[in-house]
Amino acid sequence: MAFGPHLLLATLEGLVTSAVLALMALGLSLVFGVMRVVNVAHGEFFMLGAVLAWAVTATLGGNPAIGFLAALVISPLIVGAVALLAEQLVLKRLNYNPEATIVATIGLLYIIQQLALTFYGPDARPVAAPFNYRISLPWFGYSGYKLSIIGASAILLIATWFVLTRTRIGLVMRATQYDSETAQAFGIPVERVYAGVFALGAMLAAVAAVLIVPISQAHYLMGLDPLLLSFIVVIIGGLGSLRGTVVAALLIGVSDGVISVFFSPTLAKIIATLVVAMVLVFRPQGLFGTARR
Amino acid sequence: MSDALTIRGLDCFYGETPVLHGLDLDLRQGEVLCLLGRNGAGKTTTLKAIMGLIPARAGSIMLDGTELTKLPAHEVPKAGVAYVPQGRRLFAEMTVAENIEIGLMTRGKGKATRESVLELFPLLRDRLKQQSGTLSGGEQQMLAMARALCLEPQVLLLDEPTEGLMPSMIARIRETVAKLRERGVSTILVEQRVDAVLSVADRVSFIENGRLKETVDVERLREDHALVMRYVGVG
Repeated sequence: MAFGPHLLLATLEGLVTSAVLALMALGLSLVFGVMRVVNVAHGEFFMLGAVLAWAVTATLGGNPAIGFLAALVISPLIVGAVALLAEQLVLKRLNYNPEATIVATIGLLYIIQQLALTFYGPDARPVAAPFNYRISLPWFGYSGYKLSIIGASAILLIATWFVLTRTRIGLVMRATQYDSETAQAFGIPVERVYAGVFALGAMLAAVAAVLIVPISQAHYLMGLDPLLLSFIVVIIGGLGSLRGTVVAALLIGVSDGVISVFFSPTLAKIIATLVVAMVLVFRPQGLFGTARR
Repeated sequence: MSDALTIRGLDCFYGETPVLHGLDLDLRQGEVLCLLGRNGAGKTTTLKAIMGLIPARAGSIMLDGTELTKLPAHEVPKAGVAYVPQGRRLFAEMTVAENIEIGLMTRGKGKATRESVLELFPLLRDRLKQQSGTLSGGEQQMLAMARALCLEPQVLLLDEPTEGLMPSMIARIRETVAKLRERGVSTILVEQRVDAVLSVADRVSFIENGRLKETVDVERLREDHALVMRYVGVG
């Protein structure tokens, strides 16, 4: 293949990675932004989303499109419920203390992971894509499903942006994020907002997982790499900045795709980690973050 | 005259440090009651305790038959108490309109309330789209008061509204407090400076070491300056 088409292919692959990464990192960023909780178990919500997607499609059988759509609805709802339970049982009781919740979510990570190993097993299992249409480009054919992931992610990101900036729910979330004490003095039930945001963050991870699982299979250890990449994205983009999260996800995803294709995946990871180090040294609040008050 | 707010035997702690010891306070219907006292006497703590932001260990805070100490913090404003915190505490990253919207949402008030509040602070009307953190100090104070008035509160708590403002602005804040009294809002005003208080307050309560020492009519204070010297220590 010539250089041009090769680059196009690498960029498309990178965009698919970016699309999933942006959704997942957005969940992480929302939870930290509003609750000041670093959710180390975020990757396990991603894994749980994928495993549940397999469970739903395997149970339903039949037409892969119907099974997939069912998984796209049911899996995030179950993951959201699990997150809500964890929030009520653990985080709330720790008063959302920033240090204590890190340790607690590490514990949560292992609990969810080991439960998945026990009940789902150590195998990687595939989920059928809802459709197998291939788009023929002049140089190569490309999976229509992969392109639809990019589209779905874009729609979800725009929807999240709309909710945050144009609705009352978003206003309440931003007020809580900015000053939770004053928010309470204006009738905002801060603890309920926290519960909702934690569930929403987990659901974003689950949606990302359902979207990616037809390409990458469900496995009980699949949450670790995306967790690391999400942290990288959130650090580069700036915590609590939706725009920063999207830009950083594009940057990391596309450069990962391109460098992996032309050089090696290891080099891609080395460069991403180096960028994080540089951002932390020269712009600790991230590219689009505002300095802490 | 009946009381708008009655505090009896209120104990509050910061961690294990006691701040209020059996504080009593009466706010009469439609009056402006000023709390005076030195730094750390417990004035701000009293307001935060009323809002439920600091839990009461003992005692009661009654608003029109409702026991406020039993309510979670976010229910207190819905009962009709509005708070203008020290340092204004606007949602600085949001626009003026969004800050007002949050005030309106507290008790589900609508357009009519918004209009009447904006009439009180016409300056804000031209700034609705502006990010509130970029307003001048005086404008920010007006917005903080506007946001609180969007609750149409029975009781308004003002914590040092004139702090750090220029004299012309202080005069306008004072006018606003007087206007609100005409509308029947009962106000607790925390101030450091006596001269900022004399013209707008009906009564003054002196607080010392977390206890109510004395409550006097403002006329008596004008005649007897020794009181001020004793509790506040400045002329």
